[in-house]
Amino acid sequence: MGTFHHDKHELHGITVIVETSASEVFIGRCDDIVAQGVILRDADVHREGDPASVGKSRAEFLDHARRFGVWPNLKHILVPADRVREISRLGEI
Amino acid sequence: MPYSPLLIRPMREELTSAGFSELTTAEAVDRLLDETQGTTLVVVNSVCGCAAGGARPGARLAIQEAPRPDRLATVFAGQDLDATARVRARFGDIPPSSPSMGLFKDGELVWFLPRHRIEGRDALAVAADLRTAFAAHCAPVAVPS
Repeated sequence: MGTFHHDKHELHGITVIVETSASEVFIGRCDDIVAQGVILRDADVHREGDPASVGKSRAEFLDHARRFGVWPNLKHILVPADRVREISRLGEI
Repeated sequence: MPYSPLLIRPMREELTSAGFSELTTAEAVDRLLDETQGTTLVVVNSVCGCAAGGARPGARLAIQEAPRPDRLATVFAGQDLDATARVRARFGDIPPSSPSMGLFKDGELVWFLPRHRIEGRDALAVAADLRTAFAAHCAPVAVPS
């Protein structure tokens, strides 16, 4: 028993990895996928060269997320559709 | 906006009816987790149908056979805020997610199942993960000779 939202994309509620064309990777709970892009909640991001990502490689970021999840540093974000390269489920890596 | 208590009552009862103690205050969490002997499974319950729908029946299934934890407890994320925050503090440097589950042994967290490892999986799969953890960390029941 639980709540479902049949008006949203099938990945609604699923924690996903969103790879972009800009050497950045977002991980968060998919709220919906719309024409404008991927809407994530409670997400985090790793960007190559970003001071906020210093000290943690992309591989380390992904490995920590795979084992424990991500910190909700971005409560709500839209990853623009034209930057989205790939979407996958975090639970499947 | 919090969900109606009436809506979530069956979700609470799905665990409490199976023997999970519901912790609704930070003090109750401390009393339980300050216990430094034995094993305790804590389920962070949630309304989410994408994951909690598999988490609760999975937890119920997993405890049907030994080995199983000495103590079973649950907090409800988004409802029992203080209790949930205290449990998450006990999880240490692990990001918050719900539903999720943690197994404590002698006061230390020894196993954790985050939300993304529950999403989209059925109760049998979740129960299998739990049983693997129980086998690794929980003492088998002594059989009288």
